[in-house]
Amino acid sequence: MPIGQLITHLTCLLLLPPLLQGIIVKVKAAFAGRVGAPLLQPYYDIIKLLRKSVVVSRTTTWLFRAGPVTGLVTAIVAGLIVPLGFPGAPISFVGDLVFFAYLFGLGRFFTVLAALDTGSSFEGMGATREVTFACLAEPALFLGLLVLAKRSASLSLSTMLNGAIPEAWSQVTAPVLLVIVSLFIVVLAENSRIPVDDPNTHLELTMIHEAMVLDHSGPPYGMILYGASIKLFVLGTIVVRTACPFEFASSVLNWVAYLAAMFGFAVAIGIVESTMARLRLQRVINLLIAACLLSAFGIILLAR
Amino acid sequence: MNATLALVGATLAGASGFVAAMFGGRSPRLATRLNVWIMLLGAAAGITAALRVLAGYGDVTLHHAWSVPGGAIELYLDPIAAIFLLQLFFIGALGSVYAVGYWQPEQHPNATGRLRVFYGLMVAGMALLIVANNSILFLVGWETMALAAFLALTAEDCNAANRSSGFVYLVATRVGTLALIAMFALLHSVTSSFALPIGGVDAGSPAASAIFCLGVLGFGLKAGLMPLHIWLPAAHANAPTHVSAMMSGVLIKLGIYGLIRLGSFFTQIPLWWGIALFGLGAVSAVLGVAFALGQHDIKRLLAYHSVENIGIIVMGLGVAMIGRAIGRADLVALGLAGALLHTFNHGMFKALLFFCAGSIIAAAKTREINQMGALGKRMPYTAAAFLIGAVAICGLPPLNGFISELFVYVGMLRGGALGSGATAILLVFGVPILALVGALAVACFVKVHGIVFLGEPRSIACTSAEESPNSMLRPMAILATGCILIGVAPVLALGVLEHAIASWQLGVASVRLTTMVPLVPLMWANATLLAAVGGVALLVTHLVPKQTAVFGPTWDCGYVAPSPRMQYTASSMAEGLVGLFAIFLRPRTQPVELIATFPERSHFESHVPEVALDLVVVPALRGLVSTADWFRSIQPARTHLYIVYILIALVGMLFVWH
Repeated sequence: MPIGQLITHLTCLLLLPPLLQGIIVKVKAAFAGRVGAPLLQPYYDIIKLLRKSVVVSRTTTWLFRAGPVTGLVTAIVAGLIVPLGFPGAPISFVGDLVFFAYLFGLGRFFTVLAALDTGSSFEGMGATREVTFACLAEPALFLGLLVLAKRSASLSLSTMLNGAIPEAWSQVTAPVLLVIVSLFIVVLAENSRIPVDDPNTHLELTMIHEAMVLDHSGPPYGMILYGASIKLFVLGTIVVRTACPFEFASSVLNWVAYLAAMFGFAVAIGIVESTMARLRLQRVINLLIAACLLSAFGIILLAR
Repeated sequence: MNATLALVGATLAGASGFVAAMFGGRSPRLATRLNVWIMLLGAAAGITAALRVLAGYGDVTLHHAWSVPGGAIELYLDPIAAIFLLQLFFIGALGSVYAVGYWQPEQHPNATGRLRVFYGLMVAGMALLIVANNSILFLVGWETMALAAFLALTAEDCNAANRSSGFVYLVATRVGTLALIAMFALLHSVTSSFALPIGGVDAGSPAASAIFCLGVLGFGLKAGLMPLHIWLPAAHANAPTHVSAMMSGVLIKLGIYGLIRLGSFFTQIPLWWGIALFGLGAVSAVLGVAFALGQHDIKRLLAYHSVENIGIIVMGLGVAMIGRAIGRADLVALGLAGALLHTFNHGMFKALLFFCAGSIIAAAKTREINQMGALGKRMPYTAAAFLIGAVAICGLPPLNGFISELFVYVGMLRGGALGSGATAILLVFGVPILALVGALAVACFVKVHGIVFLGEPRSIACTSAEESPNSMLRPMAILATGCILIGVAPVLALGVLEHAIASWQLGVASVRLTTMVPLVPLMWANATLLAAVGGVALLVTHLVPKQTAVFGPTWDCGYVAPSPRMQYTASSMAEGLVGLFAIFLRPRTQPVELIATFPERSHFESHVPEVALDLVVVPALRGLVSTADWFRSIQPARTHLYIVYILIALVGMLFVWH
């Protein structure tokens, strides 16, 4: 990948993600008839947190500080494997989809350990739910990626997510539709959005992700928020590039189309969050199993 | 030369315990030193032999006559055998070093000498069976290993749990050996030779299918494949820890070695063999990790993870066999490379985890995870080593477990996503199964590490725990370094694996691994990951100088007096997932009964039983015994009656055959 493309990729990956959160909040405010926070509020939050001091629990060890770092870094490295506006990603190799999925596993491993490091039962509860739901979200993600791999007959995300619209949609419409729905559910679950988790509350019954980070403060908490927005951005890119595989001759047009689709994706999440209630925890399992089955049927449709 | 060197290694390992026992009474210190040094010398010989074979130096066969009927001292050391030999002597030597601090003669005055003798014999038996190329010699090695392992694991025979788990193991290993004797007898009837053939046996005949089934039974029992794993959890839990590490890291892998050798007898392999192995592997992997989640005894939990990893290895082997059946050289290469590398990797990180478990148990004075907590502060080195082992066993990048799982993944993806036909459908669904196993393993190891090392101490022993001595920490450090090394520089293993695959690719064209899994970009990705973690960590320490941090209690949402007992426990963390698998796990809980307005103190407990053993095998055997009772009436224990029986039998046989 030429150096210019690499810089564009990195800039976009590092700067744009909080904007998606801003759009989601704006859409939700519009549905509720409010003006809502400024579009750039997530940036202000992160910058403010980076300047604050830190309160650390006496119970914790170095793992408490390692959690936010690993969570952020794994999301960024995963973003280097996914193609954004260009056809290719900075890092790509055969089987990089496995590396991609396992990076989130690594991030989860350390985030959950950081939560358990505090010895708080609230954080234990969040950690437990996180790993439990991940056991279904991860196979669902793999099944979705399998459909994409089978459709494009390749094992690298850079080639899996390419393909001009006419071919991609006209020949294999049903599997693509199924996998888009399935991956959308996975994105909602992995990023603790409604209907799986409510990002605005962090107490008692609704808590999964927010409960795990109760004890973090200051710059580490800022890194957690930033990492979460990058994770949403990266996983969202997979859904967006599956649904709208634009391939124009001009790379500027490609980028415009890609970014427009990403903002559309944020609006879609905002609409889902405004029109749905959070599911009961037992129901989340059903939702994730449904996501697995949708992709599994997609594979069968492609294999027949 | 190489085969002789391997035999020298085996002899020295076998002798190490006996020599130490001669001096044990007079000078325990001298005995310990002699034991370790002789074992290290033997390991050096064995490792040299293995490395020479892998590098392609020297001869690989040895032939001597032997007075045993049908037997011959016939050795053959191909690269596959060399990989297993390398692993055996590497972990065997580390185990005997670990034992210096872990099993001190003063604490176990009666069992020390015995344990050393049987540990050495176990290593020697394993080395013999790996290099054997004659079925009689193979069985001699196999039995030496199996019986020495039984005697080593029951070294503390004053303990009833040790005796009963040893007995279950003994029964299982006898059944396995019976199946293997039958298998070799059938093989002899086909090839009319006791030498182990390489290719050439016709796989289409019913005898070949019987050989395969008997082999899967015999080797699968040793490997601990899921329905055949009944002996494994209790044996690993109750054995001395370095013996558990040896059993889990090396001994059960020899079942895998047997299965690989079994595959090399035949030139053509029927498709159903591959499918059967792939299915058995998938069942073992998923249920192994599910059972592990339900455990709260740290060693039993690690034992179930062995079942899981054996499942992953056998899935890889299944991919390779399917590849040979349908003539896909890429599947053979990827499946076998994944299986072999995961065997080696699992040996390292599982031995590491068992060594850590031994330290933890010595410090916390219990195997019960729910009684531990906050050990990370008291034992930072053990905690760090356990963390590396845990990341590696979950198959997460950038450690070695990821590399071997990646081979299996890419094998299934190439066969499934890029292939077509019935096998493609089968292989493609192996991918989400492996993903499920990975996610469950993360859940389980997060649980263990979090409950054991983090949070607040749940018992008094944990508040005064001490870090282990250096003789225990050094083997851990070596194994942890190995896990990191293979993870960040997988090209180190590549040449060895290609060498090994070439000797197993019967009937298919050879392909290069590098063309299918380009490891160089992966190494770049891993390097980026590590560099970014380092960079961001530096940035954080810059942003948050330690002096400005305010220390306080854990925020508990306004509750004023939290106690360590309110923390989540291993059982509460696993409860949801155990519930998802309840149909297989049959969790048992003793419900809490609260009576009256002010209830008395109450008690709650839950555990996951050994389903296959307690609910299937034992009732079935009871049924068998009660049906067999009927035959006891003709066995009145009177000698003259038995002589009459013999007479009747002889007359009957003469009548039939004349």
